[in-house]
Amino acid sequence: MKSKKRNIKENLTLYLKYASVCTQSVMEYKLSFALMLIARFLIAFCELIAIKFLFSGFTQLGGYTYGDVLLCFAIMQMSFTFAELFGNGFKTFSGMVRRGEFDRMMLRPRSLVFQVTASHFEVGRTGPLFTAIITLALGIRHSRLHWNLMTVWTFAAMIIGGTLLFIGLFVLEASFCFFSIEDTSLINVLTYGAKSHGKYPIDIYGKGILRFCTYVIPYSLIQYYPLQFLLGKTDRWYLAFYPLGIVVFLAVCGFVWRFGVRRYKSCGS
Amino acid sequence: MIKKYYCFFKLRFATGLQYRMASVTALTTQLIWGLMECLLFKAVAEASGGALPMNYPSIVTYIWLKESLYVLFNTWAADNDLFAMITNGDIAYELCRPLSIYSMWFSRMTGARISEALLRCIPVLVCSFLMPKTYRMTLPVNGTAFLFFLLTLLLALGITISFCMLVYMLCLFTVSPQGWRMVLTGAVEFLSGNIIPLPFFPKKYLFLVELSPFAYMQNVPYRIYSGDLSGAAMYPYIGKQIFWLAALVTAGIVVWRRAAQRVIVQGG
Repeated sequence: MKSKKRNIKENLTLYLKYASVCTQSVMEYKLSFALMLIARFLIAFCELIAIKFLFSGFTQLGGYTYGDVLLCFAIMQMSFTFAELFGNGFKTFSGMVRRGEFDRMMLRPRSLVFQVTASHFEVGRTGPLFTAIITLALGIRHSRLHWNLMTVWTFAAMIIGGTLLFIGLFVLEASFCFFSIEDTSLINVLTYGAKSHGKYPIDIYGKGILRFCTYVIPYSLIQYYPLQFLLGKTDRWYLAFYPLGIVVFLAVCGFVWRFGVRRYKSCGS
Repeated sequence: MIKKYYCFFKLRFATGLQYRMASVTALTTQLIWGLMECLLFKAVAEASGGALPMNYPSIVTYIWLKESLYVLFNTWAADNDLFAMITNGDIAYELCRPLSIYSMWFSRMTGARISEALLRCIPVLVCSFLMPKTYRMTLPVNGTAFLFFLLTLLLALGITISFCMLVYMLCLFTVSPQGWRMVLTGAVEFLSGNIIPLPFFPKKYLFLVELSPFAYMQNVPYRIYSGDLSGAAMYPYIGKQIFWLAALVTAGIVVWRRAAQRVIVQGG
């Protein structure tokens, strides 16, 4: 037991080490880093303005007010940003395979998931986080939430659950590299598409999409259902615990990843 | 002279046609994306009770045109080979050619975009005409509108490419081109009506956007096709398109002249 504890501590130290090395290498190009950060912030900010412009024509979209949509947008944006920050390694995985980086990782005495995630930590991804924070503040001001412990829990669960969901999708995208050499842009729809269109509560897109987002890829577990509780549209308190279901999804993604790794043949380089 | 540039156009065109499988995945992506946007604007139409700044069928057509011709106006990820040339020093070879770099790059980019767009637009358009009625793409309102659509489409493409060229030329003055490029092209997505069509912008902001070249990119041809923009209202837009095309090309050439004097190729 004690050695396991030490192991976690060691891994954590190593992760921080990796992260700091990655950050240092980015910081060699300070202007470029700053511009990337600003650009990513601006792009996300434009989406916020787009929501504002759309809402100048009406007050409620499918039963949601401006404030409600802002909250939803902020939560999705935060989840996606955190996922990109921590799961960037999976996102750029095809490059790792091509460069033979992955082959080298297999020779090292650390877990593959750990190495893949730690070695591609990218601080520059945090640009949209600023937008998300502004949006969250605006959203909280506009939609009168009743604050209590459950509200805080729902917020946290949605953001953490969302992060894990997107990381799971990145893992799926990466695993795709084991089975096919075709490009993986199809899975991009599931990640970028969900980030873009998930800024509105899923049910405004209709029943069919909501069903897809519940049973195929469980987006609604971290967005639609807990949001109903958060906004006080229902008093079914258990909806706030739906984000826990993401653990199952993550397990499935992990299984696909393991299966892929076992089948992996280096292409030599 | 023109023949040489035509060759660059043809070369890039042929290369573009190589990637057929990638276009199947792109088709699916574009269809899903377009459908999601249609669903969003359907909800918007219901929310605003018919008082939309653009009528719903026009929006649907606008969305499908945007999805099918996406690569024509993509300021985002296009033309990576030009960028690679600037950063890895291959630009030295380009400088050796007895041609104007500006015109050469311009024709190359036009060729690449048109070939990719032709390949990708047909399947998306076919599918968009076969959608259920609420999400179906419509034919142009009439023949003249279609001709004006083609004309403004070409002008818009010219404006987009000359804008991109200007950005690339500016990148010759810095060692961190990716950052600048992202900042400049990121804003264009929004200002040219890619996220929401420009008529949805509140009046005072729309006024500002229309002072910039961005309002004359994809916005104009798509609105003409869908019938949102017609008759006499079209002409000022076409006039401004020509103005901006000339202005941006001139600016690009001037910047290039200055840049060419100070290109330093560092070993190799």
